[in-house]
Amino acid sequence: MMEDKKRGMGKNLGSLKGFSMQFLPYSEIRHLNSDDRIKKILGIILSNNILVIQGKLAPNEETRLIGDTMAMIGHIKSFRGIELAVISGNGREGIFGRFTKGIANALAGGDFSAITIIGPATIVKEIKKNPKKIELLLNK
Amino acid sequence: MPVKIFKNFFGRIFSGIFRNKKEIKLGFYGPPNVGKTSLANRICKDFTGEEIGSVSKIPHETRNVQFKEKVEIEYKGKKMTFKLVDTPGIATKIDYEEFLKYKMNKKEAKERAKEATQGVIESIKWLDDMDMVVVVLDATENPYNQVNITIIGNLVARKIPVIILANKIDMKKADIKKIEMAFPEYDVIGISAKYGKNLEEFYESIFKLSKRV
Repeated sequence: MMEDKKRGMGKNLGSLKGFSMQFLPYSEIRHLNSDDRIKKILGIILSNNILVIQGKLAPNEETRLIGDTMAMIGHIKSFRGIELAVISGNGREGIFGRFTKGIANALAGGDFSAITIIGPATIVKEIKKNPKKIELLLNK
Repeated sequence: MPVKIFKNFFGRIFSGIFRNKKEIKLGFYGPPNVGKTSLANRICKDFTGEEIGSVSKIPHETRNVQFKEKVEIEYKGKKMTFKLVDTPGIATKIDYEEFLKYKMNKKEAKERAKEATQGVIESIKWLDDMDMVVVVLDATENPYNQVNITIIGNLVARKIPVIILANKIDMKKADIKKIEMAFPEYDVIGISAKYGKNLEEFYESIFKLSKRV
């Protein structure tokens, strides 16, 4: 769901020019090592795109992404970091549910039940998450 | 054979002694401005009489990892020695313009932002060195913040024991239930670092979890 809290739907849509949303299927990053995966993600974000990834990064890749983007602040003009959110199951499916989901994911080659959204902080003001919904608040 | 039994017996005794003497590296992690330093100060003050660092309403006050070694915490007659490691808040974005709201000039704000970015990198690097981590969350804020999930995910992946603290329970807006719902696999302990509320439960949890270190 995309929503700018302060504006009504359809109003001022012209001001949202200058970025695009890109979808990255897991098959595009499955074969990449962590370095190349992060590089690919950064390349997309630094081109002013909001990235939607099928699946999720490993915890160490998430921290690596945060660390790498932190190192870029102050070196890349107007870059202020990223907004990041992972949407996945609520983790309350029980041991059997997790086990079967684990097998399904292992067979498929990734965690397809999750979706990762990453955007440059200059475009994405905030990603608000709660168990029922996700809101992507954009900067004016 | 008797020599081997004898060796094992003394080996166990000595390793037991050293395990008890070992300083456990206890890290304080979380997003900025949740009260990590306030809590570390509270513990340090109670057991050493000294504080670990300065606190402020301005985010990213802690921009370097700061330590207090040989902090002997006493709880119900038991004593354990910790090295407290207070880390800069982890964030995914830092905008120097945010600091201008706090009557800082542009140069100061930019410098603070630069140091804060380095602080985040330092915090992440230190994750590997921790024996045990206290993830401090602000009980008045939405817990479904990706930084919280990323920190806890990394600790689980590294098999580092975790304690989740919901700080600022003295505030009206505090909602521990929301944090418990967000992290159902963990016992969430509500505290007020500012007023020293419910720290006994926290110490009990530290002592219990330290057996896994």
